[in-house]
Amino acid sequence: MIRFILIQNRAGKTRLAKWYMQFDDDEKQKLIEEVHAVVTVRDAKHTNFVEFRNFKIVYRRYAGLYFCICVDVNDNNLCYLEAIHNFVEVLNEYFHNVCELDLVFNFYKVYTVVDEMFLAGEIRETSQTKVLKQLLTLNSLD
Amino acid sequence: MNTDSGFNPGLNMATIRQAINETIERVRMPTPTRLRDLIRQIRAAKTQAEERAVVNRECAYIRSTFREEDSVWRCRNIAKLFYIHMLGYPAHFGQLECLKLIASPKFTDKRIGYLGAMLLLDERQDVHLLITNCLKNDLNSPTQFVVGLALCTLGAIASPEMARDLAGEIEKLMKSPNAYIRKKAILCAFRIIRRVPELMEIFLPATRSLLNEKNHGILITGVTLITEMCENSPDTLNHFKKIVPNLVRILKNLILAGYSPEHDVSGVSDPFLQVKILRLLRILGRNDPEASEAMNDILAQVATNTETSKNVGNTILYETVLTIMDIKSEGGLRVLAVNILGRFLLNNDKNIRYIALHTLLKTVNVDISAVQRHRSTILECLKDPDVTIRKRAIELSFALVNAQNIRAMAKELLIFLEKADPEFKAQCSSSMVLSAERYAPTIRWHLDTLLSVLIAAGNYVRDDVTSSTIQMISSSPANEQTYITVKFWDAIQETQDNQPLLQVAVWCIGEYGDQILYDSELEFTNERPTESTIIDLYNKLLWSNQVNTVSKQYSLVSLAKLSTRIKNGQNNIKEIIEMFGSHLNIDLQQRGVEFTQLFGPYKHLRESLLEKMPAMTINRINGANSNGEMIGEGEVIRSNSSDKVVNNGNIRSNTDTLLDLLGSGDDIISSSSFTIPTSTPAPAATNNLLDLLGDIDLGAPTISVNNNNNNNNSATSPITMSILDDNENTKIPDVTTMFNINGSSGGNAQANNSNYDLGDFLSSPTLHNTSAKIITVFDKNDLVITFATSRHNDDYIEVLMSTTNNSMDTLEQYLFQAAVPKSFQLQMMSPTGSVLLPGGVITQEMRVRSNSPSAVLRMKLRISFVCNGNPILEQAEVSNFPDV
Repeated sequence: MIRFILIQNRAGKTRLAKWYMQFDDDEKQKLIEEVHAVVTVRDAKHTNFVEFRNFKIVYRRYAGLYFCICVDVNDNNLCYLEAIHNFVEVLNEYFHNVCELDLVFNFYKVYTVVDEMFLAGEIRETSQTKVLKQLLTLNSLD
Repeated sequence: MNTDSGFNPGLNMATIRQAINETIERVRMPTPTRLRDLIRQIRAAKTQAEERAVVNRECAYIRSTFREEDSVWRCRNIAKLFYIHMLGYPAHFGQLECLKLIASPKFTDKRIGYLGAMLLLDERQDVHLLITNCLKNDLNSPTQFVVGLALCTLGAIASPEMARDLAGEIEKLMKSPNAYIRKKAILCAFRIIRRVPELMEIFLPATRSLLNEKNHGILITGVTLITEMCENSPDTLNHFKKIVPNLVRILKNLILAGYSPEHDVSGVSDPFLQVKILRLLRILGRNDPEASEAMNDILAQVATNTETSKNVGNTILYETVLTIMDIKSEGGLRVLAVNILGRFLLNNDKNIRYIALHTLLKTVNVDISAVQRHRSTILECLKDPDVTIRKRAIELSFALVNAQNIRAMAKELLIFLEKADPEFKAQCSSSMVLSAERYAPTIRWHLDTLLSVLIAAGNYVRDDVTSSTIQMISSSPANEQTYITVKFWDAIQETQDNQPLLQVAVWCIGEYGDQILYDSELEFTNERPTESTIIDLYNKLLWSNQVNTVSKQYSLVSLAKLSTRIKNGQNNIKEIIEMFGSHLNIDLQQRGVEFTQLFGPYKHLRESLLEKMPAMTINRINGANSNGEMIGEGEVIRSNSSDKVVNNGNIRSNTDTLLDLLGSGDDIISSSSFTIPTSTPAPAATNNLLDLLGDIDLGAPTISVNNNNNNNNSATSPITMSILDDNENTKIPDVTTMFNINGSSGGNAQANNSNYDLGDFLSSPTLHNTSAKIITVFDKNDLVITFATSRHNDDYIEVLMSTTNNSMDTLEQYLFQAAVPKSFQLQMMSPTGSVLLPGGVITQEMRVRSNSPSAVLRMKLRISFVCNGNPILEQAEVSNFPDV
């Protein structure tokens, strides 16, 4: 099960933080900082997995952004790596060539994208076409 | 939203009035900054302080609008607040406003409101109760997107109370014809069960139809839900065994279906669903031959048909391997699985290599020979630039060490150890010591390896490495002791800031200094040491700033011992030791004062007190992992009597105190304790000295508790160690008994009796307990082991092991080990001895606590001893424990 999803840039600025587990605000902030600390020191030679407290973090870097998913130790690392990529491809399609600024100015939309693909810490929809269709319908409601 | 509801004058009037009001509001209030502009402002801030100023200004403004109940711009203000919150600033004051947005009929408002609920709320706040009502309303809304929003929110923030309140609604939505709502509801059910497992029953009926769906979203969420239910209770697991054929069919369709654009990921059809199904199969097939049989074919198909050039394919293969390893699969399939992992090890992608190591580590206990084939690749991984891979590789390497490959493996591992990061050195060196102890081909090799570990790991080694090295050296034959002492002498010529190395080196020189000084056949790489070079070195060490206090303690004791080994130079040693009589460090000072006494009025005692240590018995249990699955972590408990030592510390005689204080070994103590009374010319004075030392000694007992290798340090830090070295003799004032217990020099009938008495004495509470039931658990070659079992106040079961030697041989180094299943805890008291004379008895008390009331007690036994110089190992299993 996914415990939280984080998108951070290299400087540690949070671009998205989605929690599926209860933490209080201070704890969340601490987690965000810790994740940043363990992930940014790693370079391309390293694996995309880090052991983290009682969990593990599966992360992937796209340009200056780190997409991190914190999952249970028994979960399939490779599967979540693929899930991150799937998510990023949806973002790319949705924002037409996504860049960090898209995520900054439309952060609330990014949360919607997450909610369309993941729910309660599990993968909900894997089909990019279906997700994008839903997102467009949601947009038209605003 | 209401404008299209046809001609209705009343409604129209209301709408018009609302529009007018809103316009007036808008004119009255200045328009707030747009979200976009705020983000720009914050981004434009050059310093942290500037950013904080912008944020504070905006927060103050937002607060004021909240106070004025501004409903027009609420949505925009809240959105800005989220951005501020995401940057790490507090935003709790927006919680109630979020609730107002959720209650609004406008979809845009709801959307932001629910986002706020997910971002700002935490379980403990009262707002959480209020939101439950809103969720209940929205879950019943006719608009699918509103229901969808409510479901997403529930999935993210459901608290146990919320789960109970809304479970009924979710169950209804799980049957909705609308797939969009249905899959969300299924995952909400998953979340509810996670929070409140008892609620599972409600959802069971609704799961029935889930697997007949074509929609992948419903399938994947359905499989997730069923997996959670199966993991939750064994009954549900059995209930779902019947779906194995359905799962197999779905999986088969996925592999054979060919290209479907909707769910294709780099040429593989919905890998996420495949992984979920494989995982559920694993849970269903575990320990179930029938279910496993039904899966064999499909697993083989997945394993052979999956495209492996991309990460997606490997994702599925990885999950397949895990499933094959976990269920009762065919042998051929298992070979296939290990071969897949072998291929993974050679993969260019570091992630795949990591996964391979990780999985091999899990399978190494199941099929070690299959993993051995990949040994060289695994050793290669020790050089990987990624620390996570190295970590896995080192764990796996140690798991693969055995008697056949120890030489080659140790060579590789030492190279690794030398270059390893500090964090690895401690763990790795301790593992090296353990492996060497278990598999060393020769004593010399073992000693050399220990030396290399100390050199390579330097100051990072744990204390156990130092102590087990000393123990090993002490129990080696004399020629090996000399050999290794020379090696250590050479090693400390080059470096003196490696404390553990230094400690072992000075210990060796203290013990065997005479051999390296006067044995003319020895070879040295450096110059041959003379008495003066050795004493000079000690002088240097003792006053050096690079040498820590512990090493100085070792050195000082070693130096005192050396004074009885060398032919001349005692006066130099005496001078050095006397200087420590006024040392700033209190421990060193104490040693200085005490040892000085041995050069003054009590020099007649020195010879006998500072004799060589006898060989220390190695009582470490080193076969823990090889004993099979029954032994869990921490269940093998060393026979450790240090707790008793502390308790009994007070009843020791003063003679013992002095003897312990000087840290000689067991035999020496026993023999010298016979001689002292007769050879002491001034008994009164001796008593004073003994009293003095005894007093000092009484202050020290706290240190001893954690020392497992209780024999190791005795020579090195005598004062503090006086209690913990040689547990047995500190424990028991009776000299003959202790002679017998440690009795490396055999025994006699007298000792045998006392041994027996002692056992009786220690175990008397049990033996006198009339409710004890006695069973014979082992009877082979005239060795009989019985258990007397009795319950102790419902707290634990007391098992008194008693071994009787009915043969005509003396059994030495007798060691009894036991392990219990994980559902029990086993505490072993110290045995009454380690030598079994003909007709002799050893008893040992065990306490078993049960963690779960229903579990049945079983015990695995390992009995090792030396008979006529041959080490013998016996194993037995006890499952017929009487009901007590």
